[in-house]
Amino acid sequence: MLKIASGRLYKGLLLPLLGIFFVVGLWALTSSTWAPALPSPSRTWEVSRPYILAPFEKRGELDQGILRFTWYSLIRVAKGYSLAILIGTPLGLLLGVSKWFTSSFDPIIQILRPVSPLAWLPLGLVIFQKPEPAGIFTIAMCSMWPTVLNTALGVRSIPQDYLNVARVLQLSRRKTLFRVLLPAALPYMFTGFRLSLGIAWLVIVAAEMLTGAPGVGGFLWQEYNSLIYEHIILCIITIGVVGFALDRVMGLIERRFKTG
Amino acid sequence: MKAFVEIRGVSKGFASAAGRMNVLEDVNLEVAEGEFVAIVGYSGSGKTTLMSLLAGLLQPDSGSVSVAGKPVLGPGPDRGVVFQNYSLLPWLTVFENIHLAVDQVFAHEPDAARRARTDRYVQLVNLTHAKDRKPGQLSGGMRQRVSVARALAMDPKVLLLDEPLGALDALTRGTLQTEIERIWQADRKTVVMITNDVDEAILLADRIIPLSAGPRATLGPAVSVDIERPRDRKALNHHPEFKHVRSRVIEYLLASSAKRRAARGGQVQPSPVLSAALSRVESGT
Repeated sequence: MLKIASGRLYKGLLLPLLGIFFVVGLWALTSSTWAPALPSPSRTWEVSRPYILAPFEKRGELDQGILRFTWYSLIRVAKGYSLAILIGTPLGLLLGVSKWFTSSFDPIIQILRPVSPLAWLPLGLVIFQKPEPAGIFTIAMCSMWPTVLNTALGVRSIPQDYLNVARVLQLSRRKTLFRVLLPAALPYMFTGFRLSLGIAWLVIVAAEMLTGAPGVGGFLWQEYNSLIYEHIILCIITIGVVGFALDRVMGLIERRFKTG
Repeated sequence: MKAFVEIRGVSKGFASAAGRMNVLEDVNLEVAEGEFVAIVGYSGSGKTTLMSLLAGLLQPDSGSVSVAGKPVLGPGPDRGVVFQNYSLLPWLTVFENIHLAVDQVFAHEPDAARRARTDRYVQLVNLTHAKDRKPGQLSGGMRQRVSVARALAMDPKVLLLDEPLGALDALTRGTLQTEIERIWQADRKTVVMITNDVDEAILLADRIIPLSAGPRATLGPAVSVDIERPRDRKALNHHPEFKHVRSRVIEYLLASSAKRRAARGGQVQPSPVLSAALSRVESGT
């Protein structure tokens, strides 16, 4: 019993810490040798301290605690992501159900899918004339595709047996959708939702960088321009940790819906 | 005999690499109301295709299928199907799986009556203790009982059993055979069962109709099973009628497969259950 607990402690805590120490060491070594402009870990901590220790403080529009910035970014991501899900899910359902629809729209989806957020954003600015909706548009355009494709895949992989049951019972279209199609496709859809959220968060930095909106990404870009490089690292770590946490939460939700 | 289920001159083919191939050719079948008919054949001889035609999930290329005097144009709850692999919806509980069918067929009844009806069918297959479990938490035999209950709960005119016990181990199979007989005795529905197990057919059916080896499979001459019910599995083995019926069915199947083999110059693989029966017959036991 004790052995199992200590084994878990070793694998779950000690080894990950070891990995982190290794990377931080590499970072310290780099900053002290061939890249002197890169702030050292200790210097990063000192300069970042007020932003971390007073994470919700607001001193000015672009001078706020790191979690406050994170909150702004999360709100923006939530908006773009919701839009992506709202458009992506029905689109995926249509792709999954209709061969005609797939033939018509699959090629254009495959073309739009690999387009970078850096390319969508200027187009968003042209369309909406304001940075905020342009950012949300960019997040939605980039994060929609995993939801679309996985929903379509989920609907296509529904076993014929389930559809036969619906046919023998003569379920209405509505009942077939809600009692058979959606529950059967749900595990796939949640995989799509999780991947989409990952991309939505990935895009936030690009969206905020170019629009200068307050948020982690906007802060990062501003501090780069103000030559406070320590804060770039602070932002990178924050983005990474938040992204990791989001993925974990979605993973937990996803597992709940994996019905055998 | 007045036909309740009737198949007339039905052929059904599918496109394949070698062109269109008829799976079933000139199939004729008449089943009387309240009769239990078993169709026995090799794996891959088109048994499931035949069942899909009766269920209305497939349409014949030529010929006609009718139930209770009306042509079958599509699937419907008047023909309860027990699918080979149970086809339960894994996100619904035992109760909900059956209730989905009840809700659909008895939509005019009040809610309480529908729930009582579902409970009754859960009870009928002895699953009251497991009614809130999901199919994933059930054994194969229990799943099959849910599937049978769902089909019966639609109160169909005909019950179609597509190799209902094929995926089960021998012991569970025996138990469920007894259970199917009990339920049928109580209800006397018209049943068409497809199986690859001759013994199972003899235990349950009034008539056995062999399906010749495919492709271009067709139904052979029917063999009546004149053994009094309820039939006891153990006593059955020594019943003179049992041996007689068994050898007639198996001889037809063997002859059809030999003919097919000669025609194709190839091998037709009998199913494991059937080949076990064949070897027993050949060795004269």
